[in-house]
Amino acid sequence: MSQSQEKLLEIKGLKQHFQSGRNNVVKAVDGLTFDIYKGETFGLVGESGCGKSTTGRTIIRLYDATDGEVLFDGENVHGKKNKSEMKKFNRKMQMIFQDPYASLNPRMKVMDTIAEGLDIHGLVKDQKERQKKVEDLLETVGLNKEHANRYPHEFSGGQRQRIGIARALAVDPDFIIADEPISALDVSIQAQVVNLMRKLQREQGLTYLFIAHDLSMVKYISDRIGVMYFGKLVELADSDELYKNPLHPYTQSLLSAIPLPDPDYERNRQRKNYDPTQHDTSEEPEFREIKPGHWILCTTKELEQYKKQLK
Amino acid sequence: MANEEHKYNKDRFEPIEISEEKGEELSRPQLSYLQDSWIRLKKNKGAIIGLLILLFIGFMAIFGPYMNNYTFKEQDSNITNVPPRVQGLENISWLGLDGKETEVLEGESVEALKEKALYVFETEPEFIESKVIQEATEDEMAKVEFTNDIYAARGIQDEYYWFGTDQLGRDLWTRTWSGTRISLYIAILAATIDMVIGVIYGGVSAYYGGRVDNYMQRIVEILVGIPNLVVVILMILVLEPGILSITIALTITGWIGMARVIRGNVLKLKNQEFVLASRTLGSSDSRILMKHLVPNVTGLIIINTMFTIPGAIFFEAFLSFIGLGLQPPLASLGTLIDDAFKSFQIYPYMLVFPSVIISLIMVAFNVLADGLRDALDPKMRE
Repeated sequence: MSQSQEKLLEIKGLKQHFQSGRNNVVKAVDGLTFDIYKGETFGLVGESGCGKSTTGRTIIRLYDATDGEVLFDGENVHGKKNKSEMKKFNRKMQMIFQDPYASLNPRMKVMDTIAEGLDIHGLVKDQKERQKKVEDLLETVGLNKEHANRYPHEFSGGQRQRIGIARALAVDPDFIIADEPISALDVSIQAQVVNLMRKLQREQGLTYLFIAHDLSMVKYISDRIGVMYFGKLVELADSDELYKNPLHPYTQSLLSAIPLPDPDYERNRQRKNYDPTQHDTSEEPEFREIKPGHWILCTTKELEQYKKQLK
Repeated sequence: MANEEHKYNKDRFEPIEISEEKGEELSRPQLSYLQDSWIRLKKNKGAIIGLLILLFIGFMAIFGPYMNNYTFKEQDSNITNVPPRVQGLENISWLGLDGKETEVLEGESVEALKEKALYVFETEPEFIESKVIQEATEDEMAKVEFTNDIYAARGIQDEYYWFGTDQLGRDLWTRTWSGTRISLYIAILAATIDMVIGVIYGGVSAYYGGRVDNYMQRIVEILVGIPNLVVVILMILVLEPGILSITIALTITGWIGMARVIRGNVLKLKNQEFVLASRTLGSSDSRILMKHLVPNVTGLIIINTMFTIPGAIFFEAFLSFIGLGLQPPLASLGTLIDDAFKSFQIYPYMLVFPSVIISLIMVAFNVLADGLRDALDPKMRE
């Protein structure tokens, strides 16, 4: 996949803490730093509850970050903004949601759901143009223009997810956060939706942040992958590199869990357990570049160790 | 050879091309949300009957009082407690709309009973018709049915009181429909307060959450802690008892139930992904409230309003009953029923008409509400 080295999104030390109760702080996202380049797909994986979705929602400013910066095209997303600046930003960054059943308003026709962005940003002049635009979008995502006058409950999960994608595309965004867009779909439909997303990426030059927990699917769609554990990135590398040289024990554990449709391999597959206490605690671990493009969370001692493993 | 004839010849068949687009084409015309709802409502017979009843009662409440020449406060001591009489229906005796009083008396002899009847009806012999059911025998008493033509006895043969008159000689037809006006006014008032203040208050409180929610709910708790009756009594210290003080009392506390229900549901809905999606598109808060949250609680709003309406109508009747509500000569269905129930066994007609109307209003509102809830839900679309 073609990718320039131009940064579209820079995330620096992003923190999102939730106050729960008087003295209890949940550190959902705790100091993330990574960049997303123009035209690439960045996969974010990790176990449930590790803060993947929170990261996505904080980047798009559904939550206000506790600390840290999100720079989109060099502009701080979380800085003070007036309404028109906010609207401009909303057009550039969009989101596709996880649950196709909850992400569409059951009281709105598909036409109005997709056209919502058009209405808010005043992108169409009259009713006729609005209808035309919605029908074009429906066809772009592989649905029929006759679907525009139906309600969401008349569609299947995969079709609903396509409607969700059409809604995000309506405002012509550059960057789309896909928050587990396929995990609620069955496997044959997953492939359709992922292929649709790849097609759209090729045609419209989109950049994706793809959040998922299905490693094989993430490898298929992503150029680079970040592995998250308890609110922190533990490893970040090109997807091939990550699969070839997983260094962090957590990444190794995750990769060892992928099943393959190969009886011989499956018979000998060893699951690796990840034990967080195995780490060196002599100093606070830092996110370091171990070789160009391959980052890992480690202490100085561990870095030497990993370097040896890398050879 | 014979077999060959039965073989299907390919040339005789013509494949029909169905493009993918045709397959998804909708044969029915495109309808707006309201048109769609109206079609569903029409299919619900109960709801339509309820709607027609409400329209009829509404019509009568507006025009009924002008249909005869009596006013709701005109008193005449000569024509008190006159039973109903309707043109055209006066000759059908079993309907009870003939303006006559009928009573069966028992006594020693027929003659003695005739004397007694004059005393009972307080009238002259020429207006009384008697029908002997049973002569006096050794074992049994005599039984005679007397019918008194009240309209003739009072010298008002040319008048027609459709619903009769009350203890003060006021025309009940006019009073009943003026009373219906008051009850419908209370119903509309309660519904409006519920829908405007209740929905907005509950919606805002839940949507903004946090500190706003906290303060708004504390205010509600204070309001709910003051009994309605105390509010009305305090109101009377400042204002005259009457429709204005009832209106203010309802405005102060009538919307709290609705606000709480809406708050609960908006709390549930506001973190749904379609709301988040709308926010990422840059929707303003008011747009999210009006386009996403409120439409999803319409069913609840309607049902709740329909629960509030009977409550409000009865609240007014109750206040009138204890003397804090409408003051005479004004009438509401509540005061009419209250007046009539004191003499229910002697003059049942006074109670029947307002009770039937208030019951019809309640039932019609409930049936219509049920139909509306289903009609406004697009999931019920076939």
